[in-house]
Amino acid sequence: MATLSTDFSLALRSFALRLALDVERTVALVGPSGAGKTSILRIIAGLVRPGSGRVALDDDVWVDVGRGVFRQPDERRVGLVFQEYALFPHLSVQANVAYGGKERVGELLERFHISHLAKARPGELSGGERQRVALARALARDPGVLLLDEPLAALDAHTKTSVRAELQELLGALELPTLIVTHDYEDAAALATTVGVLVKGSLRQVGAPEELVSRPRDPFVASFTGANLLRGQADGDDGGLTAVVLETGERVFSADRASGEVGVVVYPWDVSVGRVRSEDSALNLIQGEIASVVRVGNRVRVRIGPVTAEVTEASAERLQLERGGTAFASFKATGTKLVEFSAADGGLSFEP
Amino acid sequence: MQRRRLRGGLLGVLFFGACAVAFAFLALPVIAIFTQVAPGRLVRLLGNPIVTDALVVSFKTTLAAQVLILVFGTPAAYLIASRRFPGRTVLVTLVELPLVLPPAVAGLGLLVTFGRFGLLGSTLEALGLSVSFTQTAVVLAIAFVASPLYIRTAIAAFQAVDPDLVAASRTLGAGSTRTFFRVVLPLALNGLAAGEALALARSLGEFGATIMFAGSLQGITQTLPLAIYQAFAINFDVALAMGALLVAISAVLLFSLRLILSWQPSRRTSPSLFAPLR
Repeated sequence: MATLSTDFSLALRSFALRLALDVERTVALVGPSGAGKTSILRIIAGLVRPGSGRVALDDDVWVDVGRGVFRQPDERRVGLVFQEYALFPHLSVQANVAYGGKERVGELLERFHISHLAKARPGELSGGERQRVALARALARDPGVLLLDEPLAALDAHTKTSVRAELQELLGALELPTLIVTHDYEDAAALATTVGVLVKGSLRQVGAPEELVSRPRDPFVASFTGANLLRGQADGDDGGLTAVVLETGERVFSADRASGEVGVVVYPWDVSVGRVRSEDSALNLIQGEIASVVRVGNRVRVRIGPVTAEVTEASAERLQLERGGTAFASFKATGTKLVEFSAADGGLSFEP
Repeated sequence: MQRRRLRGGLLGVLFFGACAVAFAFLALPVIAIFTQVAPGRLVRLLGNPIVTDALVVSFKTTLAAQVLILVFGTPAAYLIASRRFPGRTVLVTLVELPLVLPPAVAGLGLLVTFGRFGLLGSTLEALGLSVSFTQTAVVLAIAFVASPLYIRTAIAAFQAVDPDLVAASRTLGAGSTRTFFRVVLPLALNGLAAGEALALARSLGEFGATIMFAGSLQGITQTLPLAIYQAFAINFDVALAMGALLVAISAVLLFSLRLILSWQPSRRTSPSLFAPLR
């Protein structure tokens, strides 16, 4: 399989975008909006010129600023699927797909189950159908690289689940170097074998989805993978564990080692919820008011003080978790990670 | 309560009255053109040589001017719409200036540019070309006053085309030329047609700049509006006949314009005629 190699930088309005990444299979870049995700895809597609560096597909060089090489978008074998799909509104589905290349139109319409829509205009299609047309059109070009810009963002929650499964299957079958950008870690983890966390134009960590969850390198990565990030001050060694005094006053323990200003990382599914003080082995106990109870699929997310916990629907019902009530969140010291805040991150805040 | 209703009623009467006056004022002169002379005679009067000559001149010069406007105006509008460059605002203002310029001033300007003693006069003369008081002068006068209407509307139409569609076309392997003809132009077409309809209406009515720069020579530079002006002193009914003809043509143009603007089949990018220029 081919390799897309990128190593470029571009000065954006408030920060510099830098990317050095080799894409072999499917790589997803996650990051908050404004992290430079779309710019990365536009640079690779040739719609934006990087300030320096190069982009190449194997030994086919698309950009090399140093050597003055710049290939126009139409001279790169690239398939870009836009966030809003950018289907041509004046052309039928069939003509949209044929715009990329005429040879495989019938086959692609068939493959994406849109043959019956061949004569329809994009305005008549649902979100999921539009995405299939956009994918078929991008593949009609016979690209060497597939770029997907927030492939699931324009879909409603209901459609999203089925489209995500479709995409997963497609990407598995395509065997194309694929770069996906998304703001949703779950989507990234579901679609890609490698995930990179992009913040303010630079990659914080690249690895397998489970690796980012189990060993987040910094607070950003931790918060992006969906973990609770409890900020506090490490307060020395306490019986082989690190004690941390949280900003909210509680004292918690972690089996991890760290000092100074730290973030205690704990995943919602590692947090137990009770209405009375528990007497089990969990060392860390946080009492708080239930701020929200939200159903996500067959699970329920409960926010207790600074902590989000995830419990089954049955448990939520049994415990009668309701907004405004008081509850205890407990988690084991071995279920936590500590990440140190670097000086540079000091002024930045996180949204869980 | 009683007083309030009375005042509301009074206001209603005032508004209705103002409305009636405005409508009557705008409609009566148009209607009067058709009522002064019997319709049959009006049609017969169109056979007068002054009319037929003027009709031919108007037709030829307007057509030539439209070709110039479309051929030069379309790329200019696209460039202004799609590029950001220093002095762009100044350029847009310059393009729009003829819109607000008194036509007589436009005629003067053309005369001192292309006239015998004008800016380019000696150059043109060296090439054996004399422009003023020829049909070419009529075409230039028309193009000068009418093209800004087209260019202005065309800029707005091109700007309304989603840049992502252009980008998508490029990534799908189309070069910039193919992208322009297969994506940009079809999506801007309604707006361009609307602009052209406006320019055409303005072209047919051109008077001031033409009479200053091209004169009023029957069969050569005398367009319909100029012929009306001449006939009105000699044969008033002939002037009325030409007036009626122009009213009819203008009405058809306006109607087509409405049709063009309302006809937007499943297009997200809908250029507005009165979209502000960015």
